[in-house]
Amino acid sequence: MRMLTKLTWVEMKLFIREPMVVVFTLALPIIFLFVMGGVFGNTPNPEVYRGVGAMNYYMPSYYGLIMMAIGTVALPLHLAGYRERGILRRFRASSFSIWTVLGSQLLVSAVIAIVGSLLVTIFGFVTYHPDLPENIPQLIGAFFLGVACFTAFGFFLGAVLPSTRAAQGIGLILFFVMMILGGAGPPPEVMSGIMGYIGDATPLRYVILTLQNAWLPGPDFGWHTSASLVTAGITVVSALLAARFFRWE
Amino acid sequence: MTHIISVQNLRKTYGKTIAVDDISFEVSQGEIFGFLGPNGAGKTTTVECLQALRNPDSGKISVIGLDPSHQAQELRRRIGSQLQESALPDRIKVWEALDLFASVTDKISDWHSLLEQWGIAEKRRSSFAALSGGQKQRLFIALSLVNSPEVVFLDEMTTGLDPAARRVAWDLIRAVRDRGTTVVLVTHFMDEAENLCDRVAIVDKGKIVASGSPRGLIAAYATDIRVLFSTDKPDLAFLEKVSGVKNITRRGDRVEVEGSGPLLALVAAVLVEHGIVPSDLRVEQPSLEDVFLKVTGRAVVD
Ligand SMILES: Nc1ncnc2c1ncn2[C@@H]1O[C@H](COP(=O)(O)OP(=O)(O)OP(=O)(O)O)[C@@H](O)[C@H]1O
Ligand SMILES: [Mg+2]
Repeated sequence: MRMLTKLTWVEMKLFIREPMVVVFTLALPIIFLFVMGGVFGNTPNPEVYRGVGAMNYYMPSYYGLIMMAIGTVALPLHLAGYRERGILRRFRASSFSIWTVLGSQLLVSAVIAIVGSLLVTIFGFVTYHPDLPENIPQLIGAFFLGVACFTAFGFFLGAVLPSTRAAQGIGLILFFVMMILGGAGPPPEVMSGIMGYIGDATPLRYVILTLQNAWLPGPDFGWHTSASLVTAGITVVSALLAARFFRWE
Repeated sequence: MTHIISVQNLRKTYGKTIAVDDISFEVSQGEIFGFLGPNGAGKTTTVECLQALRNPDSGKISVIGLDPSHQAQELRRRIGSQLQESALPDRIKVWEALDLFASVTDKISDWHSLLEQWGIAEKRRSSFAALSGGQKQRLFIALSLVNSPEVVFLDEMTTGLDPAARRVAWDLIRAVRDRGTTVVLVTHFMDEAENLCDRVAIVDKGKIVASGSPRGLIAAYATDIRVLFSTDKPDLAFLEKVSGVKNITRRGDRVEVEGSGPLLALVAAVLVEHGIVPSDLRVEQPSLEDVFLKVTGRAVVD
């Protein structure tokens, strides 16, 4: 327990000292929020954004975007780099267990997601005045489900991607594909055919649907059972694969 | 004496490469035990099997009464490891690393004095990436000692250290031993093994080819001493008649006389007699290097 606390604290500081990851997870969502809010405002249009205002749509989406950045960019790069450079080996030799190493990453990811989402929230409410979330307990549930999902997904990528280069390449591709097609970019309604299918195949789609349904008011947006189940499924499968393929060196 | 480490018939292969080929040995509580051997001899593989970092193909290992294949975590908690190859996160600070690795034990760790002893106290706030090679190495040694281990494994500990730092490191390791920690040292430096180790095992091609105290090994395998000097006189046949001389080799002006007994005095006497008074006349006592040459038939090439 003491090792987990210490390692989490050190990893927290290491995260803050890594500018590229801070940009992807904390700065980028705010920049998007600023641009999208400026372009689309918050007036509902029945054709797009699930029939709600763009800002109401994007606020929960950007929570998902932050989690996704952690799962595709931050964690895989971190874990693959640790393995490649022999840092995991060093930890292992000093009796750090896989649970301590991954547990600290899970805790750091949760803290980063919370901080990032709070920044998005504050910034969003100050600038573009979206509506308040409808069901806060549901939103909190959806939030931690999303964090669990993308942390597990990041562990999976970090376990199977052989090198920092691979993690960088594949992580960035996944980041941009998910961001644009998974529901944090253009409204899903405008994406037809293949783009729609790819979007539906990304974990981000289900994390965002779950978050949005908790946030948005009205009879159309209850707890999204199917999306939350898909999210939970991705979490479990990713975690199992990560445990199966995790390598210290 | 009790054996704190015992290894029987250890074997480890990588595909077709036999890295460790049926090695057995014992290490006593409180000694400094050295593995000496050329590159690729299987030293790292052997000690990493003992640290539960590699799985042997076969053999029986016991370290502080634990079996690395079944009690890995407890073993790793109680031993110290300085690995030949490893790293820390670039942006971790020296003090953070020590504080972090001290958390593996419930014992109170005095990592501040380790910082002082290993000469990295003024670098405590530097990040790992900003350290020089030798400073990194000293940090890794300090990390291996931070949990007050019962046995510490040091793999090429003085690589990258300057000559003065090497001497200091030897003294510090002796002090660690004097406080009761058993030390297992891997090295390919003959002088390090000779100066520091109570016992050494010479490893070559995955096998232990000789073992014992450095003095014992020298006495058993390398009794000949060498007398060296330079001269431009062509005819040195008279040296062959000196008692104890076994072999004379000459490269240009440089002459090497090998043999036993009071060689230096006898050679000096006949040289003077023949009007040769070299200013660089000196004697070389047999060393582990000669033992190594004898038992492997090769010199260590680094
Ligand atoms: N992970 C590995 N995969 C494949 N072969 C390996 C691996 N590790 C070591 N070997 C091989 O096993 C043999 C012994 O290697 P080892 O690292 O134990 O030697 P060593 O005595 O420590 O050498 P050095 O002085 O260079 O550190 C070498 O032939 C090496 O190529
Ligand atoms: Mg080695």
